[in-house]
Amino acid sequence: MLAMEYRGPKRVRAVQKPMPEIKHPQDAIVRVLRTCICGSDLHLYNGNVPDTRVGSTFGHEFIGEVVEIGSEVTKLKTGDRVIVPFNIACGECHFCRQGMFGNCHESNTEATAVGGIFGYSHTAGGYDGGQAEFARVPYANVGPTIIPEGMDLDDAVLLTDVVPTGYQAAEMAGIQPNDTVVVFGAGPVGIMAARCAWLFGAGRVIIIDKEDYRLEFARNYSYCEAYNFEEIGDPVVFIKKTTDWIGADVVIDAVGAEAAGNAMQTITGRKLLLQAGSATAVHWAINSVKKGGVVSIVGVYGPTDNLIPIGNVLNKGLTIRANQASVKRLLPRLIEHVQNGTLNPKGLITHRIPLAEVADGYRMFSAKLDNCIKPVMIP
Amino acid sequence: METNVINTPIDPKQIPGWGVDADPKNDPTYPMRARMNVTQDPDSKHRPTLQPLEVEKLRSIERPNVSAVYGTTVPPMGLSGAIRRLAFKYSENRYRHWLPLIVADRVQVVEGILDDLVHGTVPNIWAEKGYDVEWKHNRTAFITKMATIAALTAGTIVWLSSGNKEKGFRRRDNQRRY
Ligand SMILES: [Zn+2]
Ligand SMILES: [Zn+2]
Repeated sequence: MLAMEYRGPKRVRAVQKPMPEIKHPQDAIVRVLRTCICGSDLHLYNGNVPDTRVGSTFGHEFIGEVVEIGSEVTKLKTGDRVIVPFNIACGECHFCRQGMFGNCHESNTEATAVGGIFGYSHTAGGYDGGQAEFARVPYANVGPTIIPEGMDLDDAVLLTDVVPTGYQAAEMAGIQPNDTVVVFGAGPVGIMAARCAWLFGAGRVIIIDKEDYRLEFARNYSYCEAYNFEEIGDPVVFIKKTTDWIGADVVIDAVGAEAAGNAMQTITGRKLLLQAGSATAVHWAINSVKKGGVVSIVGVYGPTDNLIPIGNVLNKGLTIRANQASVKRLLPRLIEHVQNGTLNPKGLITHRIPLAEVADGYRMFSAKLDNCIKPVMIP
Repeated sequence: METNVINTPIDPKQIPGWGVDADPKNDPTYPMRARMNVTQDPDSKHRPTLQPLEVEKLRSIERPNVSAVYGTTVPPMGLSGAIRRLAFKYSENRYRHWLPLIVADRVQVVEGILDDLVHGTVPNIWAEKGYDVEWKHNRTAFITKMATIAALTAGTIVWLSSGNKEKGFRRRDNQRRY
């Protein structure tokens, strides 16, 4: 089968690989119908996530048709078309039973902080991902959710990560009616978080990025104010000024480790890998939220060492919430939103790329060429 | 021997005022912790069926066993594999765990190129880096970047090949430091 393969920082290719096999009685094999390249794939692509092994296949956003099931799979049958959440979750452990499917304790031997994620390095369990013609889906009774009759496959594939992550970012932010919500990062997740902020009753939504084409997209898609941080001066001062010198009620970090905008952070975090990626967006979030406000983080950072202004978190009495989205928990509600037209995920897709051209797809998305917001691949 | 007071279990309900302010809404993680009550399950220690161990699986020392299910792709091999095995002697709390893994990643890139060559494939690095689209959509910046890299490389080669005397001096200087 054809599959994407990682060869080293900024080097990927499409190759023939052996078909995935059932390794556990709760496994299923799916034929991939749609798969996306995600902003968090770029952390892997750039070589910033430890234990990203050469020869791995990425891809945690995919939907597919079940072609084979293991002996303990009871909730799926061959021929079912399923949304596959990016988290691999057992549904039985301490954390799954709290609805924390993104923190499952039975899907990743290599680390305890993060659960298993498809195609997301050995630090997230060493699974092959869905940027391939076929993929192995463990715990098939738990994660995969049947695609409702009539749902567009392009909508369905964005329910694997972008929509739930954007939605959970707004949910964790504890938005109160009429709150001012600032979102750092106008990538697909940031744009979705900005749009979902309205669903929780926000009174004003501001999005900040450095690419004008993304800001323009966010203005239209998320009905929000959009500013380029290279034009507004210090973004923290700008947000204070525009909120009567109080600060935003809520700030969402939808950027993560690849943040631009601060030379020191870029050098120590992204180039030398001495901290868990550039912490620029977290700095801005902590410093621009009001005292007693909430910072919600869904941007991905690497492990352990980070230089963040924790002193200001104390002094300002902040609540910080952060997590991988628990896709499975959110899917029923989000499917409703898509079916009612409240959310329109496929509106984010700007590029369709054949799997054979995966290297070009990664380059286009990472270098932000051709006004790319979200690329989808059809194997 | 006297019982260590610190290790004597305390019944919290005996503590004056225990739980008087236990409104879950005061908990910043609410409602996450309240979503399902783990203790209500009669078999909370139940684990899923274990996947048979067919490949070498490195595991965090912060857990007693392998997770019931795991990925089986790219087991540790060669020099990079040896470095990874060392890294997994330390906990996720340590630089000693994460930095060697990043080093192993870089070593494996070289191993990957050698492996390609051994199997008769010359890696097409231009294509793997997706330079075709960069050329198509971002030509001017791309040419500038490539020219800069070429100039720096040429400059470095000239510098390295000029004057053995200077190199010899630096080597002695290094030795003196230790
Ligand atoms: Zn994603
Ligand atoms: Zn679990």
